[in-house]
Amino acid sequence: MTDELDLVFRALADPSRRFLLDLLFARDGRTQTELESELAMTRFGVAKHLKVLEEAGLVVTRRSGREKLHFLNPVPIRQIHDRWIDKYTEQHVTALIDLKRTLEEEP
Amino acid sequence: MSETQVHRIWIKATPEKIWDAIVDPEWNKKYGYAAPQFYELRKGGRYHSVPSQEMKDYSAQQGWPLPDVIVDGEVLEAEPPRRLVQTWRMLMDPTCAAEPFTTLTYEIEDSSPGVCRVTITHQLDGAPATANMTRGNPDAGAEGGGGWAWVLSDLKSLLETGKVLTQA
Repeated sequence: MTDELDLVFRALADPSRRFLLDLLFARDGRTQTELESELAMTRFGVAKHLKVLEEAGLVVTRRSGREKLHFLNPVPIRQIHDRWIDKYTEQHVTALIDLKRTLEEEP
Repeated sequence: MSETQVHRIWIKATPEKIWDAIVDPEWNKKYGYAAPQFYELRKGGRYHSVPSQEMKDYSAQQGWPLPDVIVDGEVLEAEPPRRLVQTWRMLMDPTCAAEPFTTLTYEIEDSSPGVCRVTITHQLDGAPATANMTRGNPDAGAEGGGGWAWVLSDLKSLLETGKVLTQA
């Protein structure tokens, strides 16, 4: 469990990889070529990031005919929630996030 | 519109144990939504799920009607302990019940020694209301609204620790 979540945290530590997850969250089942068009990065760079995400279980690929489609797997995020968020008083966390949001929104 | 959801988890258990936890009502009533699910494990066999006592109590308390069968479908492929393909239709909500049958595939593969990789692929073409439900509630605090991600986390917890998440 610890090793698995280590991989997840490491994968999430990179902004480009988080951006790739956001892209898949907005629309799932995309090819690497489609994803490349959204990032200012080489084909090789995108492939490398997708591989890290796949090894962490955050992205699952499926073959559909000739194409390899990428899907967001929300399960590891859920596990982080179960392991870290549930454990501490969720209410306090929410209250602090709300506070941060309120303060940052103020002009 | 085509929509496919993929959920994957790694579980430290034998494929047989994971298979039983999916298809045996004595097991599958213990985790996730805790509604017992019944399978006739052959091509064309019937699949159905009935409400748990908790669901019955809750709907009676809220004055909501609850059908005797809450999910129905048909077994398309059953290859124990590796692969299960079935149709799946949610009947608890009238909007979902009016949508076409969706297709659900469970795959159990060996990963590292003693660990299996479990993947649920849910094809939800033309079933947006059902897709919303199985995707889970984006609000992490909404217990029971977690969709497949929550069901799989709970299955893992039960098989590895003997406890579901609400008991942990």
